[in-house]
Amino acid sequence: MDVTVTVNGTTYERDVEPRKLLIHFLRDDLDLTGSHVGCDTGNCGACSVIVDGVLVKSCMLLAVQANGASIETVEGLAEGDELTPLQLAFNEHHALQCGYCTPGMLMSATALLRENPSPSEDEIAKALQGNICRCTGYWNIVEAVKSVAK
Amino acid sequence: MLLREVEYAKPGSVAEALELLAANDGARALAGGQTLINVMKARAASPDMLVDLNGLDDLTGIELAGDGTLTIGAMTTYTELMGSAEAKARPILGEVCATIADVQVRNRGTIGGNVCSNDPTNHLPPLMVSVGARMTIAGADGEREVSAEEFFLGVYLTAVGPGELLTRISIPAGKKDGFAAVTLGADGTCIANAAATVNGSVRVALGCVDAVPVIVTAESADGVADAVRAANLEPPSDVHASSEYRTHLAEVLATRAAQEASAR
Ligand SMILES: Cc1cc2nc3c(=O)[nH]c(=O)nc-3n(C[C@H](O)[C@H](O)[C@H](O)COP(=O)(O)OP(=O)(O)OC[C@H]3O[C@@H](n4cnc5c(N)ncnc54)[C@H](O)[C@@H]3O)c2cc1C
Ligand code: FES
Ligand code: FES
Repeated sequence: MDVTVTVNGTTYERDVEPRKLLIHFLRDDLDLTGSHVGCDTGNCGACSVIVDGVLVKSCMLLAVQANGASIETVEGLAEGDELTPLQLAFNEHHALQCGYCTPGMLMSATALLRENPSPSEDEIAKALQGNICRCTGYWNIVEAVKSVAK
Repeated sequence: MLLREVEYAKPGSVAEALELLAANDGARALAGGQTLINVMKARAASPDMLVDLNGLDDLTGIELAGDGTLTIGAMTTYTELMGSAEAKARPILGEVCATIADVQVRNRGTIGGNVCSNDPTNHLPPLMVSVGARMTIAGADGEREVSAEEFFLGVYLTAVGPGELLTRISIPAGKKDGFAAVTLGADGTCIANAAATVNGSVRVALGCVDAVPVIVTAESADGVADAVRAANLEPPSDVHASSEYRTHLAEVLATRAAQEASAR
């Protein structure tokens, strides 16, 4: 099926099998390997992307369902080499170790801060519930998000 | 993971969706996909065709009638329901939806999908029974309405037959509701849950203890534990809880839910 999507401002047109999940379309067809596959069952959040303004797990959606949509992935956050304040905060607060969960964490936190620029600690924790991190113990991630909250 | 080969159809109307489902034996409705896509990955089901219900306006929207009745489109997501001013008329609905999984799942998962999958551990089947919801089912012969008790028929089985769709759920006015659950982690899958509504007497619907929600009634919250005991539950055992422990939880959670409902 013909699918047209705009990812981080660039429009792509591809022929896609309906059975292909959005995460594989992004990674394998568009070579946007920033979004990760952790569990492939909707549990870990490593594949989180924003589709038409809505945070979703891209392993739980077919690529054909994104036809016509505007998608944001972790690659679209920085302007060239200029990291966003949130990305810098992850660096400063040691909010990552292996980094596997980081793309998903950044997208979930980005979605949260858009909706609620001054989240409380509880609101941050609740917003990141769908993202699993095996390394940091979460605390530094919450600290990083808190530091850029208004 | 690569799914088994599947055809994809995006109908422009409910009528077209019903035609596609009726004309193709192996066709399945796709709502939020937060259960179905995983089921397909596990090859527990391999439909030949997915009929995507996303974008069908007739299946969305929340309306509040003058008498307080809420009508909720089957494709309403948990997030939409939580943010709806109308849905605040029955506060328990948004409160329970806010405890389902996480932001991403709530952004895609739908009220209709939750009840149509009828996973006995899901949050909404017992809640729909306790609040006295009525389900509208559309098929080739038009629409029919069934009560929540008649809707849930067995594990993964509901009154929605082949070639049919759940289109909307209507919920009468009310405020005195409660919900209690023991879950795997905060906002995780339910090990046991209970939804209670006070309308004169107390009505509790128990989840996770049988294929469909089990209803018990009592004069007041004080009598609920006895009523649960009298129901002689025989819930399944699994890695999370033995049958005995689930039975115990059912009693405790039914009482908690009933107390919450009575206190409102
Ligand atoms: C990580 C994770 C955790 C979860 N935790 C919970 C939890 O704690 N509690 C809970 O309740 N749920 C939980 N879920 C399940 C989630 O709530 C699903 O969204 C829900 O069970 C199904 O809704 P859906 O819209 O995604 O439906 P889909 O997955 O698209 O569909 C489910 C089934 O219902 C059928 N169907 C859907 N809509 C209709 C309709 N209108 N008419 C006829 N048939 C229809 C489909 O054909 C399919 O067979 C979890 C899911 C995930 C991924
Ligand atoms: S890979 Fe999508 S949620 Fe884990
Ligand atoms: S930093 Fe390793 S999983 Fe989060």
